[in-house]
Amino acid sequence: MDILIFSLFNGILYGMLLFMLSSGLTLIFGMMGVLNFAHASFFMLGAYFAYQISKFVGFWPALIIAPVVVGVIGAIVERYGLRRVHKFGHVAELLFTFGLAYVIEEAVQMIWGKVPVSYHIPEVMNFTLFSLYGLEYSAYRVFMLLVAVSMFVALFFLLTRTRVGLIIQGALTYPNIVASLGHNVPLVFMMVFGLGCALAGLAGVLAGNILGTEPGMAIQLGPIVFVVIVIGGLGSLNGALVASLFIGIMQTTAVSYDVSMNGFLNVIGVQVDFDSAWRMLVDLTVAQISPILPYLLLTLMLIVRPRGLFGVRDV
Amino acid sequence: MKTLLRKYGVWVAAAILFAVLPAVFTSNFALTLLCKMGVLIIFAIAYNMLLGQGGMLSFGHAIYFGMAGYCSIHLLNGMAEGMPYFPVSLFPLFGALVGLVMGIAIGYVSTRRAGTTFAMISLGFGEMVTAMTLIFVTFFNGEDGIQADRWVGPEPFGITYGPQIEVYYLIAIWCFLAMIAMYAITKTPFGRMSNAVRDNPERAEFVGYNTQRVRWLAFSLSAMFAGAAGSLHAINYEHIGFESVSAIQSGAVLFMVFIGGAGHFLGPIIGTVLLVFLDSTLADYTEAWLLYLGLVFVAIIMFAPGGLAGLIVMHEPMWKTDVRLLRKLFVPYLLALGSSLILLIGAIGIIEMIYFITIIAVGRVDMHLFSIPIKVNEVTPWLVCTALIAVGVQGCRLSYPKVAESWNDAMIAVKARIAG
Repeated sequence: MDILIFSLFNGILYGMLLFMLSSGLTLIFGMMGVLNFAHASFFMLGAYFAYQISKFVGFWPALIIAPVVVGVIGAIVERYGLRRVHKFGHVAELLFTFGLAYVIEEAVQMIWGKVPVSYHIPEVMNFTLFSLYGLEYSAYRVFMLLVAVSMFVALFFLLTRTRVGLIIQGALTYPNIVASLGHNVPLVFMMVFGLGCALAGLAGVLAGNILGTEPGMAIQLGPIVFVVIVIGGLGSLNGALVASLFIGIMQTTAVSYDVSMNGFLNVIGVQVDFDSAWRMLVDLTVAQISPILPYLLLTLMLIVRPRGLFGVRDV
Repeated sequence: MKTLLRKYGVWVAAAILFAVLPAVFTSNFALTLLCKMGVLIIFAIAYNMLLGQGGMLSFGHAIYFGMAGYCSIHLLNGMAEGMPYFPVSLFPLFGALVGLVMGIAIGYVSTRRAGTTFAMISLGFGEMVTAMTLIFVTFFNGEDGIQADRWVGPEPFGITYGPQIEVYYLIAIWCFLAMIAMYAITKTPFGRMSNAVRDNPERAEFVGYNTQRVRWLAFSLSAMFAGAAGSLHAINYEHIGFESVSAIQSGAVLFMVFIGGAGHFLGPIIGTVLLVFLDSTLADYTEAWLLYLGLVFVAIIMFAPGGLAGLIVMHEPMWKTDVRLLRKLFVPYLLALGSSLILLIGAIGIIEMIYFITIIAVGRVDMHLFSIPIKVNEVTPWLVCTALIAVGVQGCRLSYPKVAESWNDAMIAVKARIAG
C-alpha cells in the first residue's frame, strides 16, 4: 500500500513537471503545426540560467528572470529562424528545431562544461514538510507542485477567459480567418512560441535542482514530452494535463513493481519451465520494460488514433 | 559507342575510382576512413530514398542498419560455433533481408501518413529499439555490444577477410552495386511515383495510386539497403554496439544526407564523404567540432535547403549552355565568400576561446588561435574577433544580394539563349 501511495505522489509530481513542459509544446504545435524538437532544450536552458543567476542574486529572482530570458530567446528563434524556414514546409521546420536542439546542447557544453553543475534546492525550502508512511517530502517538492498547478490555472484562465486567449484559440484552428480579421498572426505566433519556451524554462528552473542540471537532461526528457502531447491530443491543454499525469504515474509505478509475465502465469496456474535464451522474455519484470512503455503508447496512439485522447484534429 | 559512353561513363569512372583509391591513399588511417565512407554511403543513399525521393523524414532509420548489424554478428558467431556456413562475401544480402523484413513490418503501420506523423512514429520506434538494447541482454548485450570474428569457415579464392584491404574491396563492390541499384530505382515508374506522392499526395491518389502502398514500398526498399549497409558495418568493425541502432546513428545519417543535399542523387555521397572526413580529422584539432556541425546544419536548412549538391546543381543550366556565363558570377561570389570567411574566422575565434576557458585549460590563459599566440584574459583578442564578426556580417549583407542578382542575370541569359 505504501509503495502505491509513494509512487502515486511521486508520479503526480513528475507528471506535473511533464505538464509544465508539454503545455507550451502542445500550444506551439496546435497553433503553428511545428513540433518543436528543441523544447526540452529550452527546459535545459532554464535550469542552467537559474543556476547562473542564483549564483549572483539567489534563487527567488532567478525563478522570475530565467524563464523570461528563455522566453525572449525563444521569441528571437521564432522571429529570425523558424519564420524563415516556414516557407519550406513542416519537414524543414522539424529539421530546424532538431538542429537547434543539437546546437543548444553543444553550446551548453561549451559554456558550462560536460559535467553536471551544482544547482541546489534553496536553503529556505530544504526541510521536511510532512512524512507519509515513513517517507519524507521536502517543502520544495510541494512548492513545485503548487507552482505547476497555479500555472495550469493561469494558463487555462488566459486561454478561455481573456481576449488574447480568444485570439490564440482562433488562430489555433483558423489562422487565415484570424489574420483577415486584422490580427497580426505572425506576432501571435511569436508570442506563443516565446510563452511556450518560457514555460519550459520555468520547468527547468524548478526541476533542474531535483533532476540534476547536466547537458544530457534535454535528450532524456525530450522524447517523453512528445509522447505526452501526442497522447493528450495536439493543441489540447486538458489533454496535456491528463496525459502528463498518466505518463508520470505510469512511469513511477512501473519501476516500483517487480511483477513479471512468469509470475502472472504462475498465479493463473500455468507453469513455464523451459531453458533457453527466450526464457528471459517471460521473466522480464514490469520495472524492466518500463522505459519502452511510453514509446509503445506513442506509436500505438499515432497508428490507431492520431488525434490523441482530447485532440480535435489529426497530427 | 559515344552515347553508351556518355550514358555509362560516370559508372565506369566510379568503378575505376573505387578500384584505385586504396592505391592512392595507402596509409592505414585512409583505408579505415574509406571503409567507413563506403558503408555509410550505402546507408545515406538508402536514407535519401525516404527523405529526398519520398519526402519522409525519419528519426529512427538506424533501426534497420543496426538490427541487420546485430543479426550479422550473431550469424558470424553462430558459424564459428558450428551453424551451417554462409559466405561472408554475401552477408550484405542477409543484412538486406533482415532490413527488408523489418521495413515491411514497421513500414506497414507507419507509412499511412507522411510529414510530422511519420516522423514521430519513426522517433517512437527508434526510442523503443534503443531502450530494448538495454533490456534484451541476450540479443543485444547491453552497452558493451557484441564482438565477432569475420575470419570463419572455408576460404573461397583465398579470401579470408583477415587483412583490411580485402574488407575494403568487399565494401567497395557492394557499395558500387547498391549505388547502381538505388540509382536505377529512381528511374523506374515507381521512383517517379514516389516523387509524386512526396510532392502532391492528393493528386497522386486521384490519378489512381494508393499513396500508402507507394510510401510503404519506398520505406521497405530503403530499409533493405540500410540493412545491407548495417551488415557491412558489422563485418568492417567485427563489433556492433547499441549506438548503431540509436538516435546517434539516425541523427548522423540525417546530417550527412541533408548537408550533402537531399534533392539530388549525389547529395548523400558528397555529405557522407565530407562529414566522415571532417569527423575524423577536425575532431583532433578542435573540441567544438560538433557545435560547428550543428551550426552548419542549421545554416543549410535556413539558407540552402538543397544542401551542397543543391548549390552545385543551381549552376547546371549555365555550364550546359555556355561556360562563359559562369565568369560573370566570379567576382560577386568571391566577395560573398570573402565576407563569409571573415565572419567565420571571428565566430570560430570566439567559440575556440570560450572552449579554451571552460573546458580545455581552466585557469590557464595562453593559447594559440589560428597559430597566433594570445592571452584569453586580455580584451584585444575578443575585440578583434567581435570586429571581424561585425565586418563579416555587414559584408554578407552587402554581397549576398549581389550574388542573387548576378545568378538571376545569368539565368535570364540562359533562358534567352534557349529561346533564341
